[in-house]
Amino acid sequence: MAAPAADDFRARAAAAAGDAALHRKLDVASLRFLDERAQVFAALPDAEARRDRARAVKAHAIASLATLLPQLEQRFTANGGVVHWARDAAEACAIVLDIATRAGVRLVVKGKSMVSEEIALNAALAAADIEAVETDLGEYIVQLAGEPPSHIITPAIHLSQDDVADLFARRLGEPRHATAEALTAAARRVLRTKFRAAGMGVTGVNFASAESGALVVVENEGNGRMALTLPRIHVALMGIEKVVARDEDLAPMLELLPRSATGQSLTSYVSLVTGPRRPDEMDGPDEVHLVVLDNGRTRLLADPIMREALYCLRCGACLNACPVYRRIGGHAYGYAYSGPIGAVIAPALLGVERVADLPYASTLCGACRDVCPVRIDIPHLLLEWRARIAAAVPRSWGERLLVRAWRTIAASPPLYHVATGAMRAAFAVVAHVPALAALLPPLAAWRRGRELPTFATRPFHRRWRERRVASPDGA
Amino acid sequence: MDVQLLVTCLADQLAPEVGEATVRLLEGLGHRVRFPEAQTCCGQPAFNDGFPDDAAVLAARTVDVFAAADPVVVPSGSCATMVRHFYPGLLARTPHAEAARALAARTFELSEFVVRVLGRTDVGARFSGRVTYHDSCHLLRELGIRDEPRRLLAAVAALELVEMGYAEHCCGFGGAFAVKFPEVSVAILDAKVARIVATGAEAVVANDTGCLIQLAGGLRRHGAAVRTLHLAQVLAPAPDV
Repeated sequence: MAAPAADDFRARAAAAAGDAALHRKLDVASLRFLDERAQVFAALPDAEARRDRARAVKAHAIASLATLLPQLEQRFTANGGVVHWARDAAEACAIVLDIATRAGVRLVVKGKSMVSEEIALNAALAAADIEAVETDLGEYIVQLAGEPPSHIITPAIHLSQDDVADLFARRLGEPRHATAEALTAAARRVLRTKFRAAGMGVTGVNFASAESGALVVVENEGNGRMALTLPRIHVALMGIEKVVARDEDLAPMLELLPRSATGQSLTSYVSLVTGPRRPDEMDGPDEVHLVVLDNGRTRLLADPIMREALYCLRCGACLNACPVYRRIGGHAYGYAYSGPIGAVIAPALLGVERVADLPYASTLCGACRDVCPVRIDIPHLLLEWRARIAAAVPRSWGERLLVRAWRTIAASPPLYHVATGAMRAAFAVVAHVPALAALLPPLAAWRRGRELPTFATRPFHRRWRERRVASPDGA
Repeated sequence: MDVQLLVTCLADQLAPEVGEATVRLLEGLGHRVRFPEAQTCCGQPAFNDGFPDDAAVLAARTVDVFAAADPVVVPSGSCATMVRHFYPGLLARTPHAEAARALAARTFELSEFVVRVLGRTDVGARFSGRVTYHDSCHLLRELGIRDEPRRLLAAVAALELVEMGYAEHCCGFGGAFAVKFPEVSVAILDAKVARIVATGAEAVVANDTGCLIQLAGGLRRHGAAVRTLHLAQVLAPAPDV
């Protein structure tokens, strides 16, 4: 689960596509979120205008990062926090490790953070003999299972309640619990002791306001709130794209994030971090650190077309809406960010050669764009990646040849009629002798789970010509 | 009025009866159909596969082939999207820019043309049986056509329209996706087939030959006795014998 390994996407996708049990689990959660999202948006007055406003807030922030990030640093520092800048995953891990080592921390409790998955922080801490415990229930489950999260919002979406009961019985030495309540209580018993003993809490950041230096952490279980108040040190991790200009910009974001993610109007906990505990305050950490991560994001920023991928709120709605994600799950993508938005940002963050298959793993159905709270045009960005990959990646030559051949054929009606006639013959042969499909890989691929269509013996062109000859005046 | 038919290469080769039904439907409504015989493929396969330059060659010739000023009707949401949404960008800084914009403005998907342009919902068709309607992705999400096909179907005499669950979910075709990721494409298709079969419909109707060959392939593989029909085939008057 350490280093992202997206290279074997095809094999993993094919395997997951045959896993009916996985499909049932993915459907249970993703369709419920999708339905509840639809209901809560239908009930939200001026929902479409709010999405436009949220997009405008993000567009402004991303276009102004050069001024907003220094402003955030200044305000956050004035609030008593410490800001650290990390160019890549290694630097980010080294910063967290340094803070922990300096303070003699042996145990870290973590609120949910996809950036920590992106930089493989747990592995870095483990290598330094520091225990890191996930405290979000879903994250805790996948950590116990030794797996990465398979969804941005619902990390254990690929596991059923039965799977979790088995896992807890195996890993926690508990009797096998039959109810979700009993399983949650079991996790809670373990996590309470961890919260009390931890020297450091690590959380993600959903939004940061450059105006006040406040960090916003959105969650439902209270574990994030505890991770950022209980231990002596709080370390918050954020990508550079999380900053917005003003406090009032947080309102449209907080309206849309929970609605898009889980169909909730508001999450149970929304924490605003405005620095360490002050002398007159009852609780809170002594130190608050903010690690601001680039890790390839400035490549997206410098790219006028791909830049809008930085508007992403990490709500996970595009995963739920994606027919491909719902059949292969998050692990197939091999990266912290899966689904449609993952297929857009992975090529930028990991390098397009490593994940050249991802932008093709879409039917371009557009369901992702329809549910995106900030209307990121994901299908368009996937098409753009395909064009760049086709132009740059050498293994596209076979495909280029096919496309060029079809272009030449379709540019000339006589060639088109000859070539389609040949295809008709090939399909007819395969229909009679299915074994011959092996000679034509696309036909063999089609026949996995589907019957081949048949070419008409008289295509429309010919029927029209015959009709024209039969009645020269037209209809 | 005179209308130009862009039949699409898929319908030309795999479902010419869709083209014929489109002609009968439009002629039955009192219009004259022209079929520019130099038409081949709109270039969408190349475009979706990441080869915009190759797609632009086919786009430019399609713009030329449909140069007449009459509206262009396409029995496919996907190919109509290609002409309407992607041609203007693809041909923007080329001598075809102006003509591409003009073609985009007079190109319509079939159900859109009948309901929005001709203002007809009851075309006088009759179809006895229970059918369910599958929303094709580009038709629904690129062109915003959700109600038009349903209104047309609802007006067909003796036809019972039943909605399947998640009719708006993709069938898994996706052009080259269907053969690049065959296992995933089929897994998506299987879910769709189950929802179609659950309606008890004897036919599933869609407005794209691409979706229809995918659905037919899955239904036949599962041995389901559900026919696949293009909307035009439901709406068109019976052919003269």
